[in-house]
Amino acid sequence: MNTLILIIVLLGLTTFAYRYGRRKALASVEGSVANLHSLPSYHGAYVALWCGLPALIVVALWLMLQTDMVERLVLSGIADGIAGMSEGQISLLLSDIRNLATGDITTRSPSPMVLAAAERYVELQRLGFALMTGAAVILTSGGLYFGLRAIQPALRARPQVERIVRGLLFIASVIAILTTIGIVLSLMFESNRFFGQVNPLEFLFGLNWSPQTALRADQVGGSGAFGAVPVFAGTLLITVIAMIVAVPIGLMAAIYMAEYASPTTRSLIKPALEILAGIPTVVYGFFAALTIGPLFRGLGESVGLPVASESALAAGLVMGVMIIPFVSSLSDDVINAVPQSLRDGSLALGATHSETIRRVILPASLHGIVGAVLLAVSRAIGETMIVVMAAGLSANLTANPLEAVTTVTVQIVTLLVGDQEFDSAKTLAAFALGLVLFLVTLALNIVALRVVRKYREEYD
Amino acid sequence: MTDFIADRAATRKPDFSNAHLRKRYRAEARFKLYGIAAIVAALGMLAFLLGSIVMTGSSAFTQTEIALDVTLDRAQIDPNGTLDPEVLAKGNYRKIVRDAIRAQFPDVSGRRDLRELYRLVSTGSDFTLRQIVETDPGLIDTTQTIWFKSSADIDQLNKGAIPRDVVESDRRVSDAQIGWFDKLSADDRTRRSFNTTFFTSGDSREPEQAGVLGAVVGTTLTLVVTLILSFPIGVMSAVYLEEFAPKNRWTDLIEVNINNLAAVPSIVFGLLGLAVFLNFFELPRSAPLVGGLVLALMTLPTVIIAGRAALQSVPPSIREAALGVGASPLQTVSHHVLPLAMPGILTGTIIGMARALGETAPLLMIGMVAFIVDIPRSFTDAATVLPVQVFLWADAPERAFVERTSAAIMVLLAFLILMNLAAVLLRRKLERRW
Repeated sequence: MNTLILIIVLLGLTTFAYRYGRRKALASVEGSVANLHSLPSYHGAYVALWCGLPALIVVALWLMLQTDMVERLVLSGIADGIAGMSEGQISLLLSDIRNLATGDITTRSPSPMVLAAAERYVELQRLGFALMTGAAVILTSGGLYFGLRAIQPALRARPQVERIVRGLLFIASVIAILTTIGIVLSLMFESNRFFGQVNPLEFLFGLNWSPQTALRADQVGGSGAFGAVPVFAGTLLITVIAMIVAVPIGLMAAIYMAEYASPTTRSLIKPALEILAGIPTVVYGFFAALTIGPLFRGLGESVGLPVASESALAAGLVMGVMIIPFVSSLSDDVINAVPQSLRDGSLALGATHSETIRRVILPASLHGIVGAVLLAVSRAIGETMIVVMAAGLSANLTANPLEAVTTVTVQIVTLLVGDQEFDSAKTLAAFALGLVLFLVTLALNIVALRVVRKYREEYD
Repeated sequence: MTDFIADRAATRKPDFSNAHLRKRYRAEARFKLYGIAAIVAALGMLAFLLGSIVMTGSSAFTQTEIALDVTLDRAQIDPNGTLDPEVLAKGNYRKIVRDAIRAQFPDVSGRRDLRELYRLVSTGSDFTLRQIVETDPGLIDTTQTIWFKSSADIDQLNKGAIPRDVVESDRRVSDAQIGWFDKLSADDRTRRSFNTTFFTSGDSREPEQAGVLGAVVGTTLTLVVTLILSFPIGVMSAVYLEEFAPKNRWTDLIEVNINNLAAVPSIVFGLLGLAVFLNFFELPRSAPLVGGLVLALMTLPTVIIAGRAALQSVPPSIREAALGVGASPLQTVSHHVLPLAMPGILTGTIIGMARALGETAPLLMIGMVAFIVDIPRSFTDAATVLPVQVFLWADAPERAFVERTSAAIMVLLAFLILMNLAAVLLRRKLERRW
């Protein structure tokens, strides 16, 4: 809260700096703007940047590092008390201290050492905040002074401001790269720790998945087997079912929209289909779990087939419905991109419309359609909520769509939701699964985008 | 050799017969029918989905209420007559409500029967009564007819969701409860009124006291963070990539990277949030701040791609004219190109935000699945969002939560429709064709 006030104050000061700088620039030439090198507003921005930017950067860095520093200092203060404790115990102690410091409820009645540490924690935090405020104030006033001193008619304010703005634009565009790097690094780092405990070959090729690790050495059950093949197979099964639903329907819908429908019909159907893509996946999950699943089980019972209420079929079918618009709108685009001359040529030879589509247009747009299907597959593999709500939890190596199977995303969610200790193989396994998921979808996307782009170039 | 050619010519001779032509036309009609069937199937599923949700959800907007004649006995509430708020808050309202129920059915006795009888009204009734007394202490020592919410099971019975004709042990209301309820109905002491609780309270274990307000506020806080981060950063990187970046390997890499990032499964962003924001930076779990950060990273590629498309559609003549009269490149962009591209960028942003609004999986990873009764008040309070609330309620075993889940979905869809409508209107109104 205090930090928020500090930032607002800083922003207010920056605004003040802008107006003051502007006024000073105008005053320096007694109001005749033509004598300034840059417009007065650039002088204002010049001062504002000097005033606000360094302070804001320092505050941001400070906030990132302060917690860590404070905790380190607190722990070193009680170094005697924690000597011989394991890392887990220390982190537990630390969270107790933190809770005490913020006034939350603690798990146990605190020992005097913890109480003292909490006091120190609060003190250090307060000190840190005071130091940060001091640093910010010094930087803003220093910046203000420096910026204002520099103002004179010949100051090249515009080029300097523009250079900084360009730098900010560049930094903004790097954030996307940083996100990717962050994803890769965090997945690799945690997976690496997982593979320190579990053999990667066993993970990739083992047939037994039961990630319940024993908490105590003498516990029964929970052997912790991490062979992910059943999980991959389940993902594959549900994806295949989804594709069996989505590809024919999506493709035929795209063909109809591109080749047969009048512009009015098309303008009605296309947005209507896109509604399917706009519905949140949790809604599909609810629908699959509550309506489609029981429906299939009822149907199965009436013909004497044992259908699990969390069958792969229900989840796959609903996922297929969700994916229809991806297939249809991408295919629609590629079919529309086929040059009219190909159609005209085929029709002129006497082929019917459907013959033209099947023999000429589809082969000509095959690249694009394959790309669309690959993108849809990657979407299906990464889809989470439908399978979390409608598919099973236990890994089951089967190709029978009427049984319950589990998927990579379901396992990630079940392993990470709820109470967790961060170092166990069980939670780390989720990151290994996430890494596999990321790599597979990345490969599919790269191939698909390349295929689509290559195809586009062919007719451009 | 000649035989071979003659053979081929014979097989390739076109079949001009009417029968063959009819066959081809039939194939044509069939093919067209497949197309129509595909569209009908897709739209049929959409209608089925929406229909089933509206069917199950619409009843959650009403709530059964039971009228009881409550005697607000001073001895139970404020024995010393001080009207001190602290004393009023501690009154024995439960006993008053129970006495009022027993007054309706004086002949019921026995602990088990009485417990069933008390279960006609919601367990939150004492709280309702307390609030009434606290707002108007003058009511003490009078007898009032007050409408109390019925319990969720009675509510379901009244709405017909619990069938009366099954064996008693197979339903959640007993025969005796049905009898009492029917008697109350016959006395005109029951009604169905608009369920305001659903819109004004947070989550609860009791279906009749559960509402979506906490989730709606959580969603709003989360989306504010998402918007504050993803919009400026997205626009800035779109401007850089489209207007200033030199065309080289490095920018190619950024471009490929952004396209791929847009297709990364959302749950992977959740893993990123868990590993980086929670475990590395130690930000609070379940907080809208972290949820907003994760969703912002997820929405960023959408905003950048939409922004670049919008910037591209601004014709070069605008830039040339501005540069021609002496504007600097940055002035050209900020004074001319960006304002003209803004409608397109805003449309893309709204669509990206709509996607973020419906997103659930990454938020599960950062702990926004907790059961939270309080309505969040800041960006660091524990909160949940609408889609996650749907997920939580979908897991709840009570029958009454099914209709509330559907109703929450309807609220969620209403927000989505509003946002998409805004995007469409914006595009219609502001977008310029060059």
